[in-house]
Amino acid sequence: MQGFDRKGMAARLAQDIPEGWYVNLGIGIPTMVGDFVPMDREVIFHSENGILGMGPAPAPDKVDPWLVNAGKQAVTLRPGGSYFHHADSFAMIRGGHIDLCVLGAFEVAANGDIANWATSENDTAPAVGGAMDLGAGAKRLWVVMEHTTKDGRPKLVEKCGYPLTTPGAVSRVYTNLGVFEIVKGKGFVVVELAPGVTLEQAQAATAAPLHTQ
Amino acid sequence: MINKIVQSMADAMAGIKDGSTVLIGGFGAVGQPDQLIEALIEQGAKDLTCVCNNAGTGRVGLAKLMELGRVRKIICSFPRSAGSVVFEELYRAGKLELEIVPQGTMAERMRAAGAGVPAFFTATSVGTLLAAGKEQREFNGRQYVMEHALKGDVALVEAWEGDRWGNLAYRSSGRNFNPVMAMASDLTIAQVSHVRELGEIEPDHVHTPGIFVHRVIRVDRGPDWA
Repeated sequence: MQGFDRKGMAARLAQDIPEGWYVNLGIGIPTMVGDFVPMDREVIFHSENGILGMGPAPAPDKVDPWLVNAGKQAVTLRPGGSYFHHADSFAMIRGGHIDLCVLGAFEVAANGDIANWATSENDTAPAVGGAMDLGAGAKRLWVVMEHTTKDGRPKLVEKCGYPLTTPGAVSRVYTNLGVFEIVKGKGFVVVELAPGVTLEQAQAATAAPLHTQ
Repeated sequence: MINKIVQSMADAMAGIKDGSTVLIGGFGAVGQPDQLIEALIEQGAKDLTCVCNNAGTGRVGLAKLMELGRVRKIICSFPRSAGSVVFEELYRAGKLELEIVPQGTMAERMRAAGAGVPAFFTATSVGTLLAAGKEQREFNGRQYVMEHALKGDVALVEAWEGDRWGNLAYRSSGRNFNPVMAMASDLTIAQVSHVRELGEIEPDHVHTPGIFVHRVIRVDRGPDWA
C-alpha cells in the first residue's frame, strides 16, 4: 500500500481549490497546501493574525520579523495583500466570508463532527486557538490528516471520542489513503483512493462505513 | 496642551492596582509590548488577571510575571505552545486559573467591551465543552451562544508609531489584538518604536485613534525589529 505522503496529501487538496477563493490554512499539513497552489492561480490566503494575501516563506535573508502566519512562522505578503486587526480578521471568519478552511484533526466523524483541540475533558492544557471560530464560520471545512494514528487507530470514525471542536462542519477529508466526501445522512463517500490503495485497505483503516457513491 | 507621551516606565505604569485585569497585545512575540511587560514586573502589581492570546514562552515577559506568582488567572485562546514551560508548571500545580476562549470570541468580547456592547451571540463553540453553562438562543434556525464583553482595567499595547494625542499606527502583522485591547480598557498604555509630530501620521493611516489611548512611551526594540 503506497498512499500519499504528507506533501502528497497537501498537493492533492490544493488541486481542488479554485481561483478566487479566500482560504484559511491551519497549522501542520494544512500550511503546506499553500505551497502547491501555483502562483498564477489566484487564491487569497487568510491568516487569523490579520493577513489577507499571504505568500510563501521568505528566503532566509529576507525574513521580516513583523510578518508571521498563525503558526508564527515567517511568511511574505503578495502584492494586493492587506493587514487588519484581530476582530476584523475573525469577522471575516465568523461572518462567513472565508470560502474554505483547511484544518488538521484528531478525529472526524461520519456526520461531519471534528475534534482537534483537546484530547480529553481533563486535558492538562487545552489550546483552542481559532479552530472553533473557523469550524463554525467558514463556508467549507476540509480536513487533511493521516488516516490513522501512529499506533494504527482509525481517525475517521462513527462518532468522535475526543471533545468536539465543531459539530457537523467537515465536508471533505484528505488523508494518506484518499479523498472522502461527507454526505449528510450517509457518511463517508469515497471520492478517490490514493495510488496503490484498495477500498478494502481503506475500509480496514476506517471505523465507519466507506460508501462508493 | 495634551501630551500623552510619558518619559519613564515608572510614569507609564503609575496607578496599576493589585487585582487588575490587564489586556496584553501581541500574537506570540509579534506586536507584543515586551518592554511594558518588563515594566509591569518592575512595578509590582499582583493578583492580576491577564488576557493574552498566548501564555508566554521561556522565562521572560509574561512567563516571568506568572513565575513570580503575580498572575491569578489567565484568559487566552492558545496557552500551550513551544516553550510555554512556566504556564504548564503553574497550571499543573493548580497555581493558575485558566479560562480558554476561542480566539475570535476573545477578540470580539474585547471589541464589544470597547463599543459598549455588554454581550453578544455567536455560533462559535456551540455544541462543545466551551459552551457549557452559557445561555443559548436560536436565530434564523441556528443555535448561538451568549458571550459577555471582556473589559480591561489596563491594556498594554505595542505600536510602530504614535503621537502626543495617542494616535497609533501598527506595523504589518504586529497589529493583531492591539487595537481591540486599546479600545476595551480604562487605561491604555502603548509602547511605540517612533514618536511622531501631530499630523505626521496620515489621518487616513491612523489605526487606533487617540481617544482609546492614555499613555505613550517610546522604546528602542533594537535592530531585529527595526
